[in-house]
Amino acid sequence: MFTKILVPVDLAHADRQTRALDCAADIAGLYNAQIILVGVTTEAPSAIARNHEEYAAKLAQFAQDLASRKSREVTSQVMIAHDPTADLDVSLLKAIRVSGADLVVMSSHDPGMTSYIWPSNGGKVAGHAHVTVMVVRD
Amino acid sequence: MSDSSSNGLREPTGDSDLIDTDYEIGQDNIETQIGPFGMDIHNPVFLISGLSIIAFVFYALALPEQAEGFFGWLRPALTSTFDWFFMSAANVFVLFCLFLIVTPWGKVRIGGLDARPDYSYLGWFAMLFAAGMGIGLMFFGVLEPVYYFGTPWGDEPLGVVRPFTEDGVLIPENVAAAKRMALAATIYHWGLHPWAIYAIVALALALFSFNKGLPLTIRSAFYPVFGERVWGWTGHIIDILAVFATLFGLATSLGFGAKQANAGLEHVFGLPNTISVQVILITLITAVALVSVLRGLDGGVKVLSEVNIVIAAVLLLFVMLTAGAIGTLTDFFSGLGAYAQEFFALSNPIGREDDGYRQGWTAFYWAWWISWSPFVGMFIARVSRGRTVREFVTCVLLIPSIVCVLWMATFGGAAIDQVIADPAGSAVRAQVIDSYNPPISLFAMLEGLPLSSITSVIAIVLVIVFFVTSSDSGSLVIDTITAGGKIDAPVGQRVFWCIFEGAVAIVLLVGGGLAALQAMVISTGLPFTVVLLLMCWAIFKGLQTEPR
Repeated sequence: MFTKILVPVDLAHADRQTRALDCAADIAGLYNAQIILVGVTTEAPSAIARNHEEYAAKLAQFAQDLASRKSREVTSQVMIAHDPTADLDVSLLKAIRVSGADLVVMSSHDPGMTSYIWPSNGGKVAGHAHVTVMVVRD
Repeated sequence: MSDSSSNGLREPTGDSDLIDTDYEIGQDNIETQIGPFGMDIHNPVFLISGLSIIAFVFYALALPEQAEGFFGWLRPALTSTFDWFFMSAANVFVLFCLFLIVTPWGKVRIGGLDARPDYSYLGWFAMLFAAGMGIGLMFFGVLEPVYYFGTPWGDEPLGVVRPFTEDGVLIPENVAAAKRMALAATIYHWGLHPWAIYAIVALALALFSFNKGLPLTIRSAFYPVFGERVWGWTGHIIDILAVFATLFGLATSLGFGAKQANAGLEHVFGLPNTISVQVILITLITAVALVSVLRGLDGGVKVLSEVNIVIAAVLLLFVMLTAGAIGTLTDFFSGLGAYAQEFFALSNPIGREDDGYRQGWTAFYWAWWISWSPFVGMFIARVSRGRTVREFVTCVLLIPSIVCVLWMATFGGAAIDQVIADPAGSAVRAQVIDSYNPPISLFAMLEGLPLSSITSVIAIVLVIVFFVTSSDSGSLVIDTITAGGKIDAPVGQRVFWCIFEGAVAIVLLVGGGLAALQAMVISTGLPFTVVLLLMCWAIFKGLQTEPR
């Protein structure tokens, strides 16, 4: 059913995404699919890394850890945005397109009042992606 | 988004000289939830800047006379006492920029040896121009050249001859010299010097962030000076001062800008010139800026800056054509020539007798540009990754300067020609020379050209859009500084700063205090001049270790 599962990862809050990652790993096991972790970063130094090469290395390490923990094939992909706060959704949609993923598993916070004004990233991606999107509440 | 290879991953950007520090971006930040909004703010920069801004607003409102008296005294006192210092420092900045262009350090690339530019030339120029000067051009484009040409207050630059007798009768043989000097003296304030000031700050921040790996915030440029101490109170104070100057600079300009737009609306449509109209204008500007910051750098600020430049170009072209294309081009080249010829005389900080011009205008401008430089410089830095130092300095210095020359020659030249052609009945003369009415000056000039009702509307729209582009880029800058250099802080924070800035402008407009606090902001130009001189040294040190 699925061959490539894309999972957006926020390295700054990796602890909050265990449910989505577990879920993606289970589905990957079921369909023998590959997992692609996508991280969006900036050119400027961030809390995670001082440049995007360092960020890419950290994301690759994160992917490798997941691969050995779950015994699945996991790769990583870095997307660079000028203004990640505003461009996150666009970056993720682009990552879905270029990676050829056929399923997105992403974690999203519980919607509240503000979701009416600012939809969550999960909601935005589900609304615009052409592939199946599974939103996992954290 | 910008990427070069098919998988979205950028090419490696090659060598750069990362600074070895244990500081992690965001290590002093507080992550919390206020109501539905997530916050990720630097402690204590966010809180102290916010609270001190509120405290100063209260001070200006509670003791308006005292505040106005004090800052109204302080600003001119500083610019007339330290005029030589401001002018010498500005000369150093221009020389330092020229030095960077010709030395091998010009080959260093911002963002690492193999970095590629984030933005096309057009988008890049649009953004640095709209953030840096746009509003000023609207306000001073007519006012300043006409002022030097014909004011009776003794502010003639370099003691040039006056074109009017004591009774206000035109002296034809003095007209050419007075016009030439008026253009040169205006262009001087909008040419190489201000852009050198912006270039220094922008280059320092870009270098220490994109090449050295330090957070994108003002304090990072001082790492070579203060070492690890920049992460402590030394750095906190630098950042707080920058936030303070930026927010008050933006808020007070927003207040005055609303007054200018309102004066224009009154002049053109007879709309009442009242506080309520101005409050509505500020609310409108803030609302559009809010949409822009929510859409982000690429989807909001850049798009709006480009729209802005297109409208400005339309207005410029219209004035050029209707005022006479040949005359305008002549003014452009003669203005440029006069600027070149008088450059050294105007830059000379000592032994001059034109106090009114040198202290009242030049030193004022230098303090003003310098107090804006943390904001404009940081914004330019953010969009300049991938350029070489030589390309960066050349472009930031020359292209905007030439655009300013063109603008001033066109608007100022056309306005002065109107005064010469009809010395008795010109609206420009009535609004600038006979009675000093700055916000109306631009509209008075447009009145002398065909289709003035249309161009005045375009001008009003342009004033408003220029404010939006300053307001949104300013909110992004303040948000980044108060988030400890994080550019991916939660969206609620930039919303907060954008609204806060509009609110401060409204409170000061309604309660009084715009003039006092603007004078205070310009006064911060003095300490920042020292800061900028240190930045030159930091750039010099920083470039030496970069691969090239």
